[in-house]
Amino acid sequence: MTFLIQQTLLYAIPLMIVALAGVFAERSGIINLALEGIMIFGAFIGVLFVRLMSESSAFLAAKAAGDWLSLQGLELLAMLAAAVMGAVFSLLLSFASINLRADQTIGGTALNLMAPALVLFFVRVIANQNTLFSVDAASWFMIKRSTLGIERGTDLGFFGNTFLVQIYLATYICIFLFVILSIVLYKTRFGLRLRACGENPHAADSLGINVSKMRYVGTTISGALAGMGGFVYSLTTANCTANGDVAGFGFLALAVMIFGNWKPLNIAFASILFGLFKCIAAAYTSIDINGDGVFALSTLGISPHFYRMLPYIITLLVLAFTSKSSRAPKAEGIPYDKSKR
Amino acid sequence: MKKNDQPSLLRRDGTAKLLSSLISIVVGLLVGGIVVLVVGLTSDNISTSGALEGFELIFAGILSTGRDAAGNLTWGFNPASIGNMLFRATPIIMTGLSVAVAFKTGLFNIGAPGQYLMGTAATLFVALSIPAGALPGWLVWILAFLAGCAAGAIWGAIPGLVKAFLNINEVLACIMTNWIAANVVTWLFDSSNLKNVVESTKSGYIYKTTFGLVDGQYVAGRGIATPKLGLDKLFPGSQINAGIIIAIIAAIGMYILMNKTTLGYELKACGANRHAARYAGIRDKRNIVLSMAIAGALAASGAALYYLSGNTEFFWTTYQSLPAEGFNGIPVALLALNNPIGVVFAGIFMAMLRIVGLQLTNLTAYNEYITDVIISVIVYLSAFSLVIRMFLTSRKKRRAAEPKPEPEPEPEPPEEKATETVVEEEKGGDEK
Repeated sequence: MTFLIQQTLLYAIPLMIVALAGVFAERSGIINLALEGIMIFGAFIGVLFVRLMSESSAFLAAKAAGDWLSLQGLELLAMLAAAVMGAVFSLLLSFASINLRADQTIGGTALNLMAPALVLFFVRVIANQNTLFSVDAASWFMIKRSTLGIERGTDLGFFGNTFLVQIYLATYICIFLFVILSIVLYKTRFGLRLRACGENPHAADSLGINVSKMRYVGTTISGALAGMGGFVYSLTTANCTANGDVAGFGFLALAVMIFGNWKPLNIAFASILFGLFKCIAAAYTSIDINGDGVFALSTLGISPHFYRMLPYIITLLVLAFTSKSSRAPKAEGIPYDKSKR
Repeated sequence: MKKNDQPSLLRRDGTAKLLSSLISIVVGLLVGGIVVLVVGLTSDNISTSGALEGFELIFAGILSTGRDAAGNLTWGFNPASIGNMLFRATPIIMTGLSVAVAFKTGLFNIGAPGQYLMGTAATLFVALSIPAGALPGWLVWILAFLAGCAAGAIWGAIPGLVKAFLNINEVLACIMTNWIAANVVTWLFDSSNLKNVVESTKSGYIYKTTFGLVDGQYVAGRGIATPKLGLDKLFPGSQINAGIIIAIIAAIGMYILMNKTTLGYELKACGANRHAARYAGIRDKRNIVLSMAIAGALAASGAALYYLSGNTEFFWTTYQSLPAEGFNGIPVALLALNNPIGVVFAGIFMAMLRIVGLQLTNLTAYNEYITDVIISVIVYLSAFSLVIRMFLTSRKKRRAAEPKPEPEPEPEPPEEKATETVVEEEKGGDEK
């Protein structure tokens, strides 16, 4: 059960934070189809940052001294770097769709094509292979018993075993940011203004809100969260490697966002559901639900391919049942034109 | 001044469209060249001359004939490169047509990779399952081709159905069906006996269609392959075959369908305004499904043409990656502004970029992914091709409104950058 919860969280948290990234963009009126591309780019930046830092002497000294605090600090810095570069990358989308009033779907698709191309090009130039590794960064960053100064093999109880050890700080940072940003979006004046730009930009403009600026802010926050989410995904599920691919997570996040009806609580629930299915697909042979040593799912004799396509089939089914009642921001995807009514 | 009664060539809307595409191409190539230069000049592994060679290859890689004994790049007509370019253009033209037809109906068919995979699976299953000699080879070829088209049409119709009846965004539905297709296809081949065990130097590949089933064993040279029609004599050393001719015929067919038939008119009407079309008595839901089915069949036929050629192998454990040919249909359609005839030239251009990428990998320290960078820049620019076009036409209008007669104040023609023959060809094509 501990294994199941931890694995589910690994998949659910990046989905959740990237889905929130989608919400910020769409609430301001921009369809951010580029989430996948920004994730790929953010993952690359984060891994590159860790790789570069891990060669520096300060880092080697900290690692030799077992200074876990500075290692966690490095993880945070890498997340920050991924977020900043994700935000910069998303400016391409903002510029095309806000200043030039381009088709947002095509602009997003362009970024989705551009990110893996750029990443693979640079990874090949840097590492002379198709995957950028950073030795075993994922294991440095993982919080273990020794990190917390607890004797190896100590039983921390169900709660402790599940939520205190064998887990990444990034997971909790993401949950924290998710809560804070949801409050910002729904309980502050800024959030109200941002949402107004996605519902009725003309009304917002008539009240003195700068629609273009608000949309820029929305997509930039979106880019930052997606970039960070991309690095968190690669750190927690791909062993801190970048290979120009996040296995369609950006698109799954979009589906989570639509399923969650553009509302944070629903999104949190939806992403845990999807994380569970992703987890089943990835690790169904080693999931022991009731702890009796029998791996129930692998004894069923169902092809692994079925489990792998399950998340996508579920998405399609869920969208089929919820799309009639879903309520997208009214002005999303429509370039703002002052002179139109 | 009176000349304006008959708009000059440069004033026509079509010219502005063509110019905007050419600007996208030139800027895309320039960005690719600049990336190569910057990387080359800042990297320790790549010398300055290497960086300049990379820059040259980006613009004229199709004319590269390798290196001479002194290690300098040599240039000239390279029949193998041109033939391979046309061979690789075949599936991209088909997926480009697929995306273009869906665009005309107001749908963004990002599901071409999934449709392409389903077409691959159906084609290979039919081509390899019929025992050699049971049917004439041409009949097996046609059956396999049609099976691929049918599989693609069914797979394409799924996003169309959920869009028409459940109002699910077709982009999301297409992406989900892509990944489902990747898993279905891997599953199908995983449980089949089509895995290549004769030439087992490489694992994970399916038999080429030149293998035929003889007494339960696969034997090389007993299967089927697309006829070459002498094109291999024209371009010796390349993989070219009659597939490119079929692709061009398909493009002409789609042009006729979209512009000269009632069905094409109805599809375009649904794309322009679905509600107005319904008000005018057009069955909008049927047309959305039909458009996606046609798009799926086109994408899948690209796969059929590619894998029936006889010298291409399919890597079947594809569940983690989607075929690039499917995604390349999007830039092709955007660059061609959804004109089926333009798709042929845009597809050939994209295939040329692929060859350029291979030349870069073979001849320099760079790699083929720069091609994808160039393509993505082109897609990005074509997202606001409307703005470029508006800019071009508004400049003309303003100049036309000025009282003083000016001697042809048009923007300079972009020929100076269009060093490749392909770009010139494309220009000639769109003026039809």
